[in-house]
Amino acid sequence: MSESRFNPVPSDDKFVRLAGGQLAKFALNAMAGLALVIYLLSVLAGEAGSTTSGNAIDFENNAITIALREEPPQLDANRATDASSNVVLAHVMEGLLGYDIDAQLVPGVAERYEIREDGATFWLREDALWSDGVPVTARDFVFSWKRVLDPETASQYAFILYPIKNAEAINRGEMPVATLGVRAASDRILEVDFERPTPYFDKLVAYLTYFPVREDFYNSTNGRYGADADMLLYNGAYVMTDWVHGSTMRWVKNDKYWNRENKGFLDEIRTAYITQDINAKLNLFKDGQIVDTHLLSPMLPTAMEQRWQIDRSMDGSVFYLEFNHRDDRITRNKNFRRALQLAQDPNELVYKVLKEPSYLPGVSLFPAWLSGVSESFQKEYPPVQHQINVEKAREHLELARQELGIEEFPPLMMLAGDTPIGLLSAEYYQQLFRKHLGLEFRIDVQIFKQRLEKMRQGDFDVVLSGWGPDYNDVLTYGDLFSSWNLQNRGRYSSQDMDALIRIAQSELDPQKRMDAFGEIQHLLYEDVVILPMYERGFSFVVDPRLKDFRRRSVGPEVDYNYAYIEQSSD
Amino acid sequence: MWLYILKRVLQGLLTVWFIATATFFAMHNVPGDPLTNDRAMTETTRANLEAKYGLDQPITTQYLIFLRNLARGDFGISFVQENREVNDIIREHFPVSAILGVLAVVFAATGGVLFGALTALYRNRLPDYLIMFLVILGISVPSFVVAALSQLSLVSLNTLVGFTVLPVAGWGTVMHMLVPALVLGLSTMAYLTRLMRSSMLEVTSSDYVRTAKSKGVPPTRIFTRHQLRNAILPVVTVLGPAIAAITTGGFVVELVFAIPGLGRYFVEAVQQLDYTVIMGTTVFYGAFLVFMVILVDVVYGFIDPRVRLDS
Repeated sequence: MSESRFNPVPSDDKFVRLAGGQLAKFALNAMAGLALVIYLLSVLAGEAGSTTSGNAIDFENNAITIALREEPPQLDANRATDASSNVVLAHVMEGLLGYDIDAQLVPGVAERYEIREDGATFWLREDALWSDGVPVTARDFVFSWKRVLDPETASQYAFILYPIKNAEAINRGEMPVATLGVRAASDRILEVDFERPTPYFDKLVAYLTYFPVREDFYNSTNGRYGADADMLLYNGAYVMTDWVHGSTMRWVKNDKYWNRENKGFLDEIRTAYITQDINAKLNLFKDGQIVDTHLLSPMLPTAMEQRWQIDRSMDGSVFYLEFNHRDDRITRNKNFRRALQLAQDPNELVYKVLKEPSYLPGVSLFPAWLSGVSESFQKEYPPVQHQINVEKAREHLELARQELGIEEFPPLMMLAGDTPIGLLSAEYYQQLFRKHLGLEFRIDVQIFKQRLEKMRQGDFDVVLSGWGPDYNDVLTYGDLFSSWNLQNRGRYSSQDMDALIRIAQSELDPQKRMDAFGEIQHLLYEDVVILPMYERGFSFVVDPRLKDFRRRSVGPEVDYNYAYIEQSSD
Repeated sequence: MWLYILKRVLQGLLTVWFIATATFFAMHNVPGDPLTNDRAMTETTRANLEAKYGLDQPITTQYLIFLRNLARGDFGISFVQENREVNDIIREHFPVSAILGVLAVVFAATGGVLFGALTALYRNRLPDYLIMFLVILGISVPSFVVAALSQLSLVSLNTLVGFTVLPVAGWGTVMHMLVPALVLGLSTMAYLTRLMRSSMLEVTSSDYVRTAKSKGVPPTRIFTRHQLRNAILPVVTVLGPAIAAITTGGFVVELVFAIPGLGRYFVEAVQQLDYTVIMGTTVFYGAFLVFMVILVDVVYGFIDPRVRLDS
């Protein structure tokens, strides 16, 4: 420090200037250091699961990139229950029947079939192959279906196989699995016996729980069937070659697929992103990283500014207020329910409160896209024209008060999900019933599983609930309020309803069957079993270079099976 | 010294046990369980599933089984991600969160120290006002807003330039990390800037700096040796907990940028009531946090000899 002894004390300005210079030097060093750290981290990250990055459309490789909503829990079709698994399986597997580009039922593994009163026969095509080249046989279906119903498997979708003879008893553990009414008459003939007439069985077998599983392959997986890309045999238009958990998947064209001339035109589909964040998806789409995304109403102005082609589709589900019909509940009183029914208007909810342009006001439990005998069900059986009538509502409320013998109505519990739309709807009904009827509702907001559990326990007066279709038939909604349906969480029970549902399940004459559904629809309104809120739809955008992409009401929510890239003309 | 460390580790274990127990019983008291699904199950199916996962046992038995497995470091298999062990989920996804976290901390620390020193040096002048304004923004704007906004600006940037300068989301290359890490570290950076600034100002007006000036020590030397070095101590103190907080708290950023980190599993497990994953991630994060706090206390003893650990 010898030389510094002679330095004069610098002025503040000079000090700042010199120190600032030093700081700048540090900053430069820090930048260099940062660059090094980033480099090192990138080397590390290469090993910690990376997402394939590419463009939404890769012309050279005839490939597209998409985003998945969530990571499928596993890809065992017999046990799958969630939307993401449904999307993946619909591309890599095929059932006896499937859906064509216009969502019409068409042959899949079965080239033809016959449904009789007591059973059905499916004739399998000989060129349907597994991805290892072995033919798909009737035995693969027998093995799969028995496995679904085996109580040991504990498949949550086992109920969808109940029309098969002895299925329900087997699933309850009351009969041995071997007694199931299905057998392979030969490699290519599958015989099914019914428990009761099931005219809609063709629509059921298109559902993924009915997909085939090959026994020898299943046994070779040591209980890890469907856990990884190589733990699954494929028979669909695509095969999955890579599955990095929580991160990416790759589906590649299946060159053994029998129908490759009409389905599966892309060489590769990459699911590079897993995100539920709809804003993130929109940004990825804007940046040209994924081929499609759906939009919420606040995003529509942006989409219009970008001059995107906006399409709409119904996602298939219907939402409604469900009442608790248990004995100790006020909502058991029909006049009370009628009062609520007359005080509300789904049009107001959809057009003035929710303002989602792709939603339809709820008029019935049976959504507008369902077909009846020859055209749309709602056209053949128009729902009751509902009109708000506050005066009459108050009269019914007064009647209810007298019937119940109470002075005043206590506060009631309205159970709702924690989604923005759910909350908005609950608040709308809360203020509406307060204003028109002077009733006090307390909103009980619960996350998904907790809401379901509270519904199961009957811990509500009214609940904002909904239902999505499993198969393309009115019955997928039609039997919801039968006294034996476990899904009927409000415990509505009526002999008329049960009798009508029995007809709807078993009647072979399509006209009589639809008539029964028409009466069910009427009874649901007259008995005020539910108050329909809305049918959910989506606005969505697709990269204009990708053609024939579909969003579905039944089956996978997004369908790339028929999609192809339009090669530019120049 | 060693006795002190041992004592802290034992305390830490007790803390982790407490976290695990509280979480376990809170989780089981929430209505519903992992098996609850929107397609109602038959009694037989439910009974079979409950038996398979041991949910049919009394809660105390389940707790004891959990403790026994915990002692072995085995959290079991996820209810939702069937076929996947919770340990595998942590092993595969924590590194991603950790890398992102480390980078965020590096950003936060360098940025915080540099900007803090700068504002102190130019106190009450333009750079000070400007940076402190940004600091207030950084502290008060929640990360999901910053994340969404920065993602949006990336889109605009890429559109403007005509090619992908920085990817909008995803994971894998350095380019994927930069913006998420910056967003993740932003509030910490802002906090550290403020801390560094006040710490610098305190040091600047201290006796030893005045003495050094009057002795004629060169300004650059005073700045680095006397001011920076002393002012940086409080920053080091908060860095440990900050690393833990950033590494475990990145789920919003992970969600927005579609990054396959552990934070997402942590949050989704709660929504899905995925018992084993809830326990696994909570205990893991808890232990990690406790470990970092102990580490900082110990390291602090080395940096600042005035801190006597064993007393």
